[in-house]
Amino acid sequence: MSILVNENTKVLVQGITGSAGSFHAKQMLEYGTKLVGGVTPGKGGTDFEGKVPVFNSVADAVKQSGANTSVIFVPPPFAADSIMEAADAGISLIITITEGIPVNDMIRAKRYLQGKAVRLIGPNCPGVITPGAKCKIGIMPGHIHKPGRIGVVSRSGTLTYEAVHQLTQLGLGQSTAVGIGGDPVNGTDFVDVLKLFQADPETDAVIMIGEIGGSAEEAGAEYVAREFTKPIAGFIAGQSAPPGKRMGHAGAIISGGKGTAGEKIKAMEAAGILMAASPAELGTTLQEVVKRGAPKKNR
Amino acid sequence: MKIHEYQGKELFRKYGVPTPRGILALSPNEAEAAAKTLATPVVVVKSQIHAGGRGKGGGVKLAKSPAEAKELAKQMLGMKLKTIQTGPEGQTVHKVYIEEGLAIGQELYLGVTLDRATSRITFMASREGGVEIEEVAEHHPEKILRETVDPAVGFLDFQGRKLAFGLGLSGPTVNKFVQFCSALYRMFMETDAALVEVNPLVILKDGGVVALDAKVTFDENALYRHKDLLEYRDIAEEEPRETQAKEFDLAYIALDGNIGCMVNGAGLAMATMDTIKLVGGAPANFLDVGGGANKEKVTAAFKLILADPQVKAVLVNIFGGIMKCDVIAEGIIAAAKEVQLKIPLVVRLEGTNVEKGKDLLRNSGLAITPADNLRQAAEKAVAAIQ
Repeated sequence: MSILVNENTKVLVQGITGSAGSFHAKQMLEYGTKLVGGVTPGKGGTDFEGKVPVFNSVADAVKQSGANTSVIFVPPPFAADSIMEAADAGISLIITITEGIPVNDMIRAKRYLQGKAVRLIGPNCPGVITPGAKCKIGIMPGHIHKPGRIGVVSRSGTLTYEAVHQLTQLGLGQSTAVGIGGDPVNGTDFVDVLKLFQADPETDAVIMIGEIGGSAEEAGAEYVAREFTKPIAGFIAGQSAPPGKRMGHAGAIISGGKGTAGEKIKAMEAAGILMAASPAELGTTLQEVVKRGAPKKNR
Repeated sequence: MKIHEYQGKELFRKYGVPTPRGILALSPNEAEAAAKTLATPVVVVKSQIHAGGRGKGGGVKLAKSPAEAKELAKQMLGMKLKTIQTGPEGQTVHKVYIEEGLAIGQELYLGVTLDRATSRITFMASREGGVEIEEVAEHHPEKILRETVDPAVGFLDFQGRKLAFGLGLSGPTVNKFVQFCSALYRMFMETDAALVEVNPLVILKDGGVVALDAKVTFDENALYRHKDLLEYRDIAEEEPRETQAKEFDLAYIALDGNIGCMVNGAGLAMATMDTIKLVGGAPANFLDVGGGANKEKVTAAFKLILADPQVKAVLVNIFGGIMKCDVIAEGIIAAAKEVQLKIPLVVRLEGTNVEKGKDLLRNSGLAITPADNLRQAAEKAVAAIQ
């Protein structure tokens, strides 16, 4: 097992003929991902790399390829529409890589998904990978991963790679690594992913990587304190970030004195999460917390 | 993107949000003429900078005559206005806004922004107008009323009434307030604003509802569909290097330390700054070169970092994901040669072909120090400037 994606995941790439979409579709194929189709309106009937059929709409693609998961590389002005199209066509997992989608577009898209049996990951995220199932959906470098039993969840792309790389070098493989993305409006947050890891018998321990801005880390910590029973290590980026400045990600901003790294670290430590002092120690911190064992729950 | 108060009010008027009459002045004479045109017993002279807290910093003053308005404008124009939001150097005032004085009955707060927890636009209102709303939120959260907007239907009249009655308004003012909110919401959505703050929103002695201040910022990701709003951009208010960075499509934020940083990925860039601090150094900037990290981008990034005279060493931290480390190393070497780098350069690469990449750096003939991990890289950069 694993979470979110596995050997039964049949993937559709929306925006497969664009530069990012085609580059990463190739990488996914090479990794072993079951890529069953692509969507580019107007290019239906052609194929990608001689092996992946391209459709005009997600509805056509689902009907003819049996895809259940979609990954979106569509440019920002059209990305929210693509998310809603995928949901309408019955896709159950939508992973949006696109960076720079207007906030108002995402507010509408999220409202549209409400009540539908669909999960959105991202936008502005590296994607999801389950190394044991050879299922890589997104832009992460596949070769740094190794099948195993550690779950990784992160708001930042390259920091996820850091964590995974360090784990692999220590001989610790990953069950699933999930990038939830750096935007202020996203589909899946820490609590959602932690719940999945909690329920997954093949995940033994978890690394949770957050950054400044918002309160998703605090909500995650609250959940961990209440229900999470597996060893968990953490890290927060942005301890030296000044307030009021957006640090790259649209969601990484300290505003009105809220969303500071200090507050988040305090909340996570209080929940029993062992915090890494620097990103160079993500792997060793996980090792240490596994050695100590899971925090005891009162309830 | 931030805009000035006078520009925000121009937008308010376009959408039917009531504001006082006002005229922009770029010189003391223009300020005097503006006060004459407004012809009210009192006018307000307001410094226009992209930062809040202007009143406390001495950037907003009352004038009882056009001559006094001229005198105040003379004092303000060209001065470095220091407020809680400008930083210690302050920000130079290039423009003043002359506004009619009004008979104010009550000062309230109204703000519209995204509530991240619900992924919806939220109205926040409080009786504590004119003060720092952050402090009210911190110490008296119960004094802030909230109404969350369902994007399927937009801001509804009853939500406006709930806020109005919650604020203690009565009589015809209630409906005026509801209309004010509806107009503000329309403006927020149609311009893709990220924040609209009216602090204070005033209830006049005659029951009118007027925006006495206007703080508006726009969602940068949506500016592509608002070419008209781009005219509001005031480059004089921006940090020059941050403006330059935007042209290269780099995310750059100037800080006050002396170790320049170049990193791929926003989270890793922040973590690099944090690590420099952790080992006793001070980062000079945040800089995300993005996923590509090719020679052109790295060269542009070096130029930006080196334009800061405080920078005494540069730390490059790249996690070579899809791109191989040797290719990245070649880019770094070519860029360092092109900009004729003279200060210490510490490079930490990780990922595919990392040993090949490190060999290239060592044999480049340049003074490049390779590092094995981020902590070591930060330590080497700190040591290099001591």
